[in-house]
Amino acid sequence: MSGLTITEKILARAAGKEKTVPGEIIDAAVDLVMTHDHQGPMTILEFSRLPVKKVWDPSRVVMVVDHRTPSQTVRASENHRAMRLFAREQGIDTFYDGGAGICHDLVAEQGHVLPGMVFVATDSHTVTAGALGAFATGVGSSEMAALWARGRIWLRVPETVRVRLSGQPDKGVYGKDIALYLLGLVKTDGLNYKAVEFRGPGLPMVSMDSRLSLCNMTLEMGAKNAVVPPDQVTLDYLKGRAGQPYAAVDSDGDACYADTIEVDLGDLPPLVALPYSPDNVLPAGEVEAGGVAIDQAVIGTCTNARYEDLWVAAKIMDGRKVAPGVRLLIVPATRTLWLRASTEGLLDIFVRSGAVVSYPCCGPCGAYGMGAVTGEEVCITTGSRNFVARLGDPRARIYLGNAATVAASAVAGKIVDPRKYL
Amino acid sequence: MNIHQHRGKVWKFGDDVDTGQIIPGQYIPLTDPHELAKHAMEAVAPDFAGQVKPGDVIVAGRNFGCGSSREHAAKALKYAGISAVLADSFARIFFRNAFNVGLAAIPLENAGKLLLPGQQVELDIPGGTIRVLDTGQEIKLPPLPGIMLEILEAGGIIPFTIKVIGQ
Repeated sequence: MSGLTITEKILARAAGKEKTVPGEIIDAAVDLVMTHDHQGPMTILEFSRLPVKKVWDPSRVVMVVDHRTPSQTVRASENHRAMRLFAREQGIDTFYDGGAGICHDLVAEQGHVLPGMVFVATDSHTVTAGALGAFATGVGSSEMAALWARGRIWLRVPETVRVRLSGQPDKGVYGKDIALYLLGLVKTDGLNYKAVEFRGPGLPMVSMDSRLSLCNMTLEMGAKNAVVPPDQVTLDYLKGRAGQPYAAVDSDGDACYADTIEVDLGDLPPLVALPYSPDNVLPAGEVEAGGVAIDQAVIGTCTNARYEDLWVAAKIMDGRKVAPGVRLLIVPATRTLWLRASTEGLLDIFVRSGAVVSYPCCGPCGAYGMGAVTGEEVCITTGSRNFVARLGDPRARIYLGNAATVAASAVAGKIVDPRKYL
Repeated sequence: MNIHQHRGKVWKFGDDVDTGQIIPGQYIPLTDPHELAKHAMEAVAPDFAGQVKPGDVIVAGRNFGCGSSREHAAKALKYAGISAVLADSFARIFFRNAFNVGLAAIPLENAGKLLLPGQQVELDIPGGTIRVLDTGQEIKLPPLPGIMLEILEAGGIIPFTIKVIGQ
């Protein structure tokens, strides 16, 4: 009998079983759930149709206002108000109002998601939290309403694909580039319904910020969850954050994998996804050779607006200016991070360079109150999606890259390989 | 016909139809499914919402419903009148959301080749068949996991959960 992967172990524990096998359908107890102002209002509405008055355990429910904040419409304000009232009525203390930050960053930074947990949230990028060694996956509003009532969810146990990382990444190469490389390889549905497990001798070279970014983008490959076995990087990150004790889980040596993908980090250049799919990937240097002038550059979203991203962007922007005709929008992921960037002078560097620094929110990921582009314009963003009409006009051309690539491109006025700026 | 047998027209879409194409981000603050339905497929097929009839089906290629987890996408299609989406493959959150709101999402290999836009079809979900009325051709559908059929038959995860809580 073969051993279990991390995902199979976590799900077995949640289902009260000794083991689970891929394909099996289980009824799992969840440890933590989260919703935000894009799906929270609909979740509250669906919850009101159920014959229960109270959520099963308010201490396991997180609510975040991050998508439509600061509110620009009465409708969004009504949604936020409904969430505030619901949190108060239900005794949900972990309610983060507008300005606290992006939900996926908050649940990691504030120590809510811990290794070994089952974490379910109403957002596709819930997979981000797998970077901490949790099982984390996204659902819709009605399913969350049912979860609020029962604290349980049915899940099909996914097959696990192992990604073995080796080598050391070049400067200017981050978790985003590992994700884009994999997207180019497996395409947007290549890991549909799969668990993706990142391990190997290269893993210690990948920072927690990069791991969060990497796990985040596995959703664009169709993954059900991504997971990184907790190691020293994880323990260091959780020190002083974890709100409660936790038990790290790792795969057995003889665990069964559906597939193994080898990635030599040393081979990766900074990569860019071209319109209109995150799997349409080329090295930034090749895009540079093609001469792609840009109108807007964005450093933000749950994919890449963490400290590592702001730090490298500031390193590039220091003493340089945003190119004439280009607007650079920088949206740090959380308030804590915003303050750190402020204290360390990073925000001053951005503003002096001509960038606009916004308060923490999801805004520029889907042009929610900021970052819309016209049909004639080109945008490069650290976000995760460049689908048709993602930032407004369906003709707008959206490119994806890491924070260094975006910062360097903003300076150059066109998409460039950032390594010569570092 | 029972509630899981439908007759309608085929609407055809391609690969990687993301939830932002099904219901653009600007409408996400809306929670009324009838309001959402008015904007279904707006960005890519502006005529869709006005012309779709109850019972119509969507046929698409690979990875239908990729992108955001917005349940609004499944609701917009259901309340626009769509009885089922048949696609080569689905992104998993859309797949769950569809059943959770009472909309059938049926993976059918080569769906895009087997069914043509504008064809009239008759869909029998419990029976697992789709019949092309113009040609008489009958296509067998792959079986769905039991739990998903139960949720669909209950009318979605909310009525299903009411039953579970009651037991």
